[in-house]
Amino acid sequence: MPAQGVRSTSSRAAVRSQPDAACVFSWFVFENWEQTMDNGNRWRTIDIVVASVIAVAFGVIFWAWNLVWSATEPAFAFFPPAQALIYGIWLVPAVLGGLVIRKPGASLYCELVAAILSALLGSQWASITIVQGLLQGVGAELAFAAFRYRSFRLPTAVLAGALTGLSAAIFDFVYWNKAYDLGSYRLPYALLTIVSATIVAGVGGWALTRSLANTGVLDRFPAGRERAAI
Amino acid sequence: MGTLSGVILRGFGWRHAGRKRWAVRSVDLRIESGERVLLLGPSGAGKSTLLAALAGLLPEDSGEQEGTVEIDGLDPRKGRERVGIVFQDPESQLVMARCGDDVAFGLENRGVPAEEIWPRVDDALRRVGFPYHRDRPTAALSGGEQQRLALAGALALRPGLLLLDEPTANLDPAGATLVRSAVAGALDADTTLILVEHRVAEALPLVDRVVVLEAGGGVRADGSPEAVFRDHGDALAADGVWVPGRTVPPRRATTAPGDLLLTADRLGLPPRLAPTDLAVRAGEALAVLGPNGAGKSTLALLLGGLLPPGGGTLTASAPLAGRDARTPPHRWRAPALAARIGSVFQDPEHQFVTGTVFDELALGPRRTGRPEPEVRAVVDDLLARLRLGALAGANPYTLSGGEARRLSVATALATAPRLLICDEPTFGQDRRTWLELVDLFADLRDAGHGIVTVTHDAEFVAALADRQLTLARPAPAPGTPDGDRP
Amino acid sequence: MISIEPVAAPGAPLARRNPVAKLAAALLFSFILVATLDPVAPAIAIAVELALLPLFGVRYRVLARRAWPLLVSAAGILVTLVLFAAERSGRVLLEAGPVVVTSGVLLTALGLVLRTFAVALPGVIVFATTDATDLADALIQNAKAPARFAIGALAAFRLVPLLGQEWQAISMARRARGVDAGRNPIAKLRLFVSTAFVLLVGAIRRGTRLAVAMDARGFDAGTPRTVARRQRFTTADALLVAGAVALAAAALTASILLGTYRPLLG
Repeated sequence: MPAQGVRSTSSRAAVRSQPDAACVFSWFVFENWEQTMDNGNRWRTIDIVVASVIAVAFGVIFWAWNLVWSATEPAFAFFPPAQALIYGIWLVPAVLGGLVIRKPGASLYCELVAAILSALLGSQWASITIVQGLLQGVGAELAFAAFRYRSFRLPTAVLAGALTGLSAAIFDFVYWNKAYDLGSYRLPYALLTIVSATIVAGVGGWALTRSLANTGVLDRFPAGRERAAI
Repeated sequence: MGTLSGVILRGFGWRHAGRKRWAVRSVDLRIESGERVLLLGPSGAGKSTLLAALAGLLPEDSGEQEGTVEIDGLDPRKGRERVGIVFQDPESQLVMARCGDDVAFGLENRGVPAEEIWPRVDDALRRVGFPYHRDRPTAALSGGEQQRLALAGALALRPGLLLLDEPTANLDPAGATLVRSAVAGALDADTTLILVEHRVAEALPLVDRVVVLEAGGGVRADGSPEAVFRDHGDALAADGVWVPGRTVPPRRATTAPGDLLLTADRLGLPPRLAPTDLAVRAGEALAVLGPNGAGKSTLALLLGGLLPPGGGTLTASAPLAGRDARTPPHRWRAPALAARIGSVFQDPEHQFVTGTVFDELALGPRRTGRPEPEVRAVVDDLLARLRLGALAGANPYTLSGGEARRLSVATALATAPRLLICDEPTFGQDRRTWLELVDLFADLRDAGHGIVTVTHDAEFVAALADRQLTLARPAPAPGTPDGDRP
Repeated sequence: MISIEPVAAPGAPLARRNPVAKLAAALLFSFILVATLDPVAPAIAIAVELALLPLFGVRYRVLARRAWPLLVSAAGILVTLVLFAAERSGRVLLEAGPVVVTSGVLLTALGLVLRTFAVALPGVIVFATTDATDLADALIQNAKAPARFAIGALAAFRLVPLLGQEWQAISMARRARGVDAGRNPIAKLRLFVSTAFVLLVGAIRRGTRLAVAMDARGFDAGTPRTVARRQRFTTADALLVAGAVALAAAALTASILLGTYRPLLG
């Protein structure tokens, strides 16, 4: 959910382009999970609930972010380019959801639930958040799909971070930043977004998954079973 | 309620994926329809795993099974509608935001026709003596009420076998009584009951048979409560079971209290805590009692310098605060605070900061600027005193409940504060950890530390406290959350 | 404190409409307005939104409280545009070094700011009047969303206030351990990350237990679910969606007829 935190600090971030296509795509995916995703790819209850809980926890973490950093908010709000640096923070759930759940649609679902939650919590961007969450979820989802949901190592995570950053950047580029200068603003902003997403969401999401696995809370997931038996 | 539900286990064992140790093993047991069984055993004997197996909640791909479990001749995974289960933590078994919807949840899952759902919801709520309308938000219930609601959710499905996994362990005494009376009132004569409960005395009226699991596997004892406790009472008590009729000799302070450490004058935080006066001295143990919602946890946070007071003053004396005595504790920098006042939270995991038990203990001394050899000495001493030596390299989150509690106390002690504030330190602990905590706190007190314990645990107070303070509930504002968990 | 309760009077005529209809209306209304960068269409849309507010049972004060951060965003748009505008047409109003403010820049800024409000407000209004349980029910019954996912998300939403309290408890527990950040932003960030990590561990633990408890009550039983709470999509709901489309289209048409229309794409 990219950005609902960012959004409350400033203007960019929220975006959409071809939202209808994204909606249709995601609905198609969700509908067909039920029928076609048996044999190991079917979501167990624990997959659904933990994916939802990860999204909800990030909703709360973003809420806390705004509490903790309210002093720095105006700086970001009045100079939006600065926030491209921390853009990746809002994209962590997409990568984390994919790495933990390891099922088709996990990134998309995490971002979507996080976005709906932030709208219910009273985000000033409301339905825009939902559209944006969907699109950014698609970015990470494509990375995991490219590896056919079989690799969840660092390179995959980095790609997922980069692609979710790319999807965020494209939409900002088209929707929010249209009226700004190409060379001095739109391109640097997009590049910073992608770099931030690659490092914070990609590498950070991967490191977070490992730390979580070490605590034992992921023992019911393949991600948690990769450590030695204890 | 359904009938039948006879249970047969033959050489049953289960090992969770990723674990070397079997959670439960070599259990042979036969429970007839309508029996009421109390399932006991030391921590780690696999009581909860056994209940999960009976409820059909151990998916084949989540571990390795030995032997068989049958309920009415069926694998429990296939006959799940015969079984209802209530777990320990109310917050993680309620699903919906409104009480009636939560009871209806199970009925919807089972495909009960829509027109039958609400009558069955109302019936289940009535049977557990639920006092509110079904539109009441689940978040507005106390812990005891939430557990009654969870019981209604299980009963609405009319199970022949009801499993209760420490349903009152997270509750204060009043809430626990509420749940036990609801169980007693709601059971049909032909409902089979299996109950796991540490606090045996309170559970005995509900059961007619006691089964004791052995830690290494198998069944140690099985029979009527009288026979089991006559033959195995001492061994069970040593294993941490609360065997009825065994009291602990109290440990009172042997010397008069020393320096005044902390004084609260009309200290309060509306609406959570009414103005409160108290003084804490070195070398004494003060117990703070009172019903849920009286603000006990809030008082602990205020005394611990973790919350700014909403009214009144909190003054630290020079023996406690040195040159900071003029500043209220909530204004101190964290390292200075940790070296003076240690706080032990209800949930040990909230306090963990690092990735190993060793680093966890070393954190405080390092923060307060002690040299590394000294840090090592402090940590090694605490590891030995609190029986954590073998776990020095373990991740704190992988510890058992008792180990996590001992670690959280040890981390507070690592900075050698004069004053220790504990919020429900004995909560959910078995008898063995409980006795260790009594001894540890008594030793600290006798060494000149001041100890404040917020607790519902009357036995703990009887065993340790030199003085008591009972809080009353502040004038109630309906529906106001009070930040005071059980 | 953090809460997902609706804040509107529940009996208001439009607040009572089917949640899927409200959501669809808000999304369609916003999408249509996105098509233009001019100030006229969003200005008309904002007027329509504010006029309809009483029908949703939302008081203006409540809306202002939820939407005020949009004002901050508006200031951000203005600053960024003054510094980085793609074109600076029109009369020069101010020139100070690299900062050149023209009437064209201000007009573009006005359009963007108004669009920000016009596009965001419908969603804010809809979510302020919608209960999470009703939304999940309607998504399942009227929009064919898969029930396991909608209910799973709903069950997780119940944990929001709890996790909010937990955040505060964890923060205080860090201080009790001697960990604080003072004014050092790096230390502050590290403390934040460590607090978030503990929250996440606890949340996943809870989620795991919750999933087991849900299965114990037959959530994965595989039998077709029935519904205890019926959500209906009526003619009035269809009219709400149609009305939203018509109003947004009218605003857009007005801007085309007045010649102010500036397409987003192209």
